[in-house]
Amino acid sequence: MVWEALTLQLGYNATLVTLGAALLGMAAGATGTFLFLGKRALVSDAISHATLPGVALAFVVMVALGGDGRALPGLLAGSALSAAVGLLCVSGLTNRTRLSEDAAIGAVLSVFFGFGIVLLTVIQSMTAGRQAGLESFLLGSTAGMLLQDAVVIAAGGAVVLLLVVLLRRPMTMVAFDREFAAGAGMNVPRIELAMMGLALAITVVGLKIVGLILIVALLIIPAVAARFWTDRVGQVVILAGLIGGTSGYIGAALSATAPALPTGPIIVLVAFGLFTLSLFAAPNRGVMAALLRHRRFRARVHVRQGLLALAQAQPIYEGLTLRLMRRRGLIRADGVATDLGRIEAARALRDERRWQVLRSDPAHEEAAASYDGLTPLDDVLTPDQLAALDSGLRPKGVS
Amino acid sequence: MELVTPETGTEDRALLEASPLAVRGLTVSYGEKPAVFSVDATFQPGVMTAIVGPNGAGKSTMLKAALGIVTPLSGRVTAWGAPLDKMRDRIAYVPQRASVDWDFPTRVLDVVMMGQYRQLGLLGRVRTEHMRTALHCLERVGMDGFADRQIGQLSGGQQQRVFLARALAQDADLYLLDEPFAGVDAATETAIISVLKALRDQGRTVVAVHHDLSTVPDYFDRVFVINTSKVAEGPVSEAFTRTNLQEAYGGRLAAAQMGALG
Amino acid sequence: MMGEEFVVLSLPPMLIGIFAAVACAIPGNFLLLRRQALIGDAISHVVLPGIVVAFLLTGVVAAWPMMLGAGAASLVAVALIEAIRRLGGIEPGAAMGVVFTAMFAGGVLLLEQSDTSSVHLDVEHALYGNLESLIWLDARGWGSLLDMAALRGLPPELPRMALTLAFVTVLTWVFWRPLKLSTFDEGFARTTGLPVGAIGLGLVVVAAIAAVAAFDAVGSIIVIAMFICPPAAARMMTNGLEAQVAWSVLFAVLSAILGYVLAGYGPLWLGFDDAVSAAGMIATVSGVILALAAVFGPYRHRSGARAEHA
Repeated sequence: MVWEALTLQLGYNATLVTLGAALLGMAAGATGTFLFLGKRALVSDAISHATLPGVALAFVVMVALGGDGRALPGLLAGSALSAAVGLLCVSGLTNRTRLSEDAAIGAVLSVFFGFGIVLLTVIQSMTAGRQAGLESFLLGSTAGMLLQDAVVIAAGGAVVLLLVVLLRRPMTMVAFDREFAAGAGMNVPRIELAMMGLALAITVVGLKIVGLILIVALLIIPAVAARFWTDRVGQVVILAGLIGGTSGYIGAALSATAPALPTGPIIVLVAFGLFTLSLFAAPNRGVMAALLRHRRFRARVHVRQGLLALAQAQPIYEGLTLRLMRRRGLIRADGVATDLGRIEAARALRDERRWQVLRSDPAHEEAAASYDGLTPLDDVLTPDQLAALDSGLRPKGVS
Repeated sequence: MELVTPETGTEDRALLEASPLAVRGLTVSYGEKPAVFSVDATFQPGVMTAIVGPNGAGKSTMLKAALGIVTPLSGRVTAWGAPLDKMRDRIAYVPQRASVDWDFPTRVLDVVMMGQYRQLGLLGRVRTEHMRTALHCLERVGMDGFADRQIGQLSGGQQQRVFLARALAQDADLYLLDEPFAGVDAATETAIISVLKALRDQGRTVVAVHHDLSTVPDYFDRVFVINTSKVAEGPVSEAFTRTNLQEAYGGRLAAAQMGALG
Repeated sequence: MMGEEFVVLSLPPMLIGIFAAVACAIPGNFLLLRRQALIGDAISHVVLPGIVVAFLLTGVVAAWPMMLGAGAASLVAVALIEAIRRLGGIEPGAAMGVVFTAMFAGGVLLLEQSDTSSVHLDVEHALYGNLESLIWLDARGWGSLLDMAALRGLPPELPRMALTLAFVTVLTWVFWRPLKLSTFDEGFARTTGLPVGAIGLGLVVVAAIAAVAAFDAVGSIIVIAMFICPPAAARMMTNGLEAQVAWSVLFAVLSAILGYVLAGYGPLWLGFDDAVSAAGMIATVSGVILALAAVFGPYRHRSGARAEHA
C-alpha cells in the first residue's frame, strides 16, 4: 500500500494531490528560505492565521450572491485579501509604533484568527444544519477534494515555484543584506513585497491541503533544515525546495494510504524528520560535528595554555588542562613535564615569541591579524619569512 | 572552580589576595577563534587602570568574562583572592550604553535605584534614605533634575552618566566600566573622569575599557594592553610605550595616537 | 440582564474570562519587553499534543491530567526551542516555528489515530474553548454568592482560574525587582549576582502555567491574544513599567467583559438568534483596543535607541 502510494498507483485524484503537495512543498521551501535568511520566518505565521476571516467572509459573500459558498477559488481569493490586510497591519504596527515585529506578528495572528472564529460561528448559525465545512481550512483536508481543487493547488504551486526561480537573485541579496542591496540600487521595499507576496501565495495555495495552522511549517522547517548543510544561499534555496518537495510528496502519499493519516500533519512530520536528521547529522554545521569540533577546539586551547605555562615554569591550575596533558604524554601523573612535554613546551613558547615579534612589525600587519593564540606561525608564514623573523629574534636575547 | 589552591605559589597568592580583580589563564571564544587567549591580569587596588587595545582585541570580552557575563573556555577569576560570587557586593559595573534598550518603560531614578538591588532585596521597603542616596548619586554625575525623566529622552552622554550614577549607588570598592567615554560629549567626559578620580582618591579601584589612547596618560595610573593575549601590564610610564602599542595595534596605530606618547 | 439569569449564565464565564485574560496579560508585559512575545503563541500550539498524550496515558478527559500534560508539553517545547537555537545556531523565531508546528502536527496525528469519538476532545475545543458552557446551575440570584451549598456548584474552572491568577500576581509582585532589572539590563543584573537564566526560565514557566490553566477554560486563541494585545496596547499608553502593567490589566478586563457581552448579546441586538464565539470575540476586542492605542496612544512612538544586539 505504502509502495503503491509512493509510486502513484492509488488513483488519479491521489496522484494529483501527491504531485500538488510536492510542488507546493518545493515552492514553500524555496520561498521560506528568503524569509528565514531575512530573520522573518514567523511573519508567515501572521499571514497564515490572517487568512481565516477572509475565508469566512468570502463564504458569506458568495452565499449572499446566491452562489455556492464553498467554491475554492473564491475562498482562496478571500483568504489572500485578508492575509494581505494582516501583513499591512504587521508592517504598520512595526513601522509606525514602538512595537517590535514579533509583538506585531503575535497581535495580528491572534486577533485575525479570533475574528475568523467569530465569523465561523456566524456561518454556523447561518447554515444551521448544513455543514459549511470551513473548519477543514484549519487543519487542511484532502478527503473529498474535487479534481479541480487539486488542479488549482498544483498549478498554484508551479506558478509560485517559477516566480521564485525568476526572482531568486534580487531576493537573495535583500534577504542577505538589506542595506547593501539598497546601496546597489535595488528597490528593496518592492522586493520585500514580492517575498511577502510569494509567502502569501504559498499560504493560500496550501490552505486546502495543509491547513492554515500548519502551512507555516512548510515555509520554515525546510529552510532551517537546509541551512545546516551549506553556507551558500543559492544551495540553501535549492535544498530547501528539495526538502519541502520530498516532505510534500512522501507526506501526501503516506496519508493517502489510510483515513486516519491526515495530510497536513503527516507532511509536517516528514519535514520535521528531515530537519532532525539535518540538525544532528549534517557535516560541519550539524550538532554532532559542532560538538566534536568544540571539544577538539577546547582541548587545543587547554593544551596550548598548559604548554605555555610549562615553558614559563608557571603552575597549571585547571583539572581539565592537567588531564588532557597527561593523556597526551606531555606531563607525568605527578605533573612534572615529560621529555616530549618539554620539547612541545619550548616549541609553543618559541611560536608565541615569534608571534610577538611579528605583531610588533608593521610590515606583517596582515599576518598579525590572524593571531588567535593557537595558530602555529608556520601555517601563516613561508619558511623564508620565518627565517627572517627568527633572525630578528636572536639579537633581542630571547631564545 | 576552586581558586587559590595549594599549588598556587605563595608569591602569587599574596598578589591575588591584594588584587580586587585578577584573572589567570583566561580564554574566551565566540566560535573557533579565541577572542581572548590565556590572559593573566592582576589589577592593582586604589588606582585607575585602562584596558586598551585595538577594535576586536577582546577588551570588553575580557571584562565580561571576568564578571561572569560571558562564560570563558578556561581560566579562573578572583576578587580579593576569593571567588567572584562572594565579592559581588563590592563590585560595581557600568556596561556599554548600547547593550540595553533605552525604550524600556522606566525613569532615570528607577535605573539608579537598580544599583541598590542587593541592599533592597526582593521586597525590602524603599526608604527615604535610599531615594536620597540615589538622588545624591545623580547629583555627583551632574544629572540632578533628571530623576523623573523617561530614560528614552536622554542623550548619549546623559545615558552614560545615569549608568555611572547607578554604579555609584552600588557603593562598591571596585568599579568596572566598559567604554565609558564612547560617543559622549566633552562635558560628560569631564564629569565622568572627575567622578572616577574622586573614587580613586577615596581608595577605590577603577578599571575601564578605554579606546582613546591620547587621554590615557591624563586619566589613568596604570594600563593593561591587550590584543587577544596580554601585551603588557603596568604603570602608564612603563607599560604605555611605543613598543607595546606597536605590538598590540600593529599598523593600525595612527601617528596621531602615537603623539600621546610624547 | 442583571438578574438571576445573569448570575446563572453570564457571571461565571465572564469572571473566568477576566481571570484568564489578566493571568496571561501580566507575564505578557515582560515577554513583550524581552522580545519573546511569540513564546505565548508557541506554548498555546503545543497544548494540543500535551492534552492528547495525557488522554492516551490516562484514558480519561479530566482537567488535571490534561493540564499536567499541557504543562509538560510546553516545557518540552521550550527546551526544544532552546536546544535548537543554541545547538543549531538558529534564530529564535525560526526555532520556535519548527518546534510548535511539528508538535502541533504530532498532536493532530495522535488525535486522529486514537479513538476519541466517545469523549469530547477535538482540535476546535483546544483552539477556542467553550466559555459559554461554564454556567452555574445552582445559582438562584446574587444571594447565591453567599450560599456555600450553591457555591460548591460553581464550574470548577472558576476557582482554578482564580487560583492561577492569584499565583501569577503574587509571583510577579514578589519577583518584581529582579524581573524588571534583568529585563532591562541582563548583563548588569548578572554582575549583581542575580540568576538571570533562572529568572528568564521562571517567567516562561509562569506564562506556561497561565496559558495551560486558561486554555482549559477558554481555549488557545484568548491565550495568545491576551499575552500580546493588552501589554502591547498598554505600552503605548505610558512610559512606566508599573503603569504599563496596570493598563494591561485594565485592557484585559475590558476585552473579556466587552468581548463576552458582544458575543452573547450582540447578535441578538442585530436580530440574529445565535450567539457567536466568546473566545473569538474577546480576542477581536483586544485587537480593536490595540488598534485604538496604536492610532491614539500618547506614547505610541519609540523614544530611545534600540539595543545594538539582541
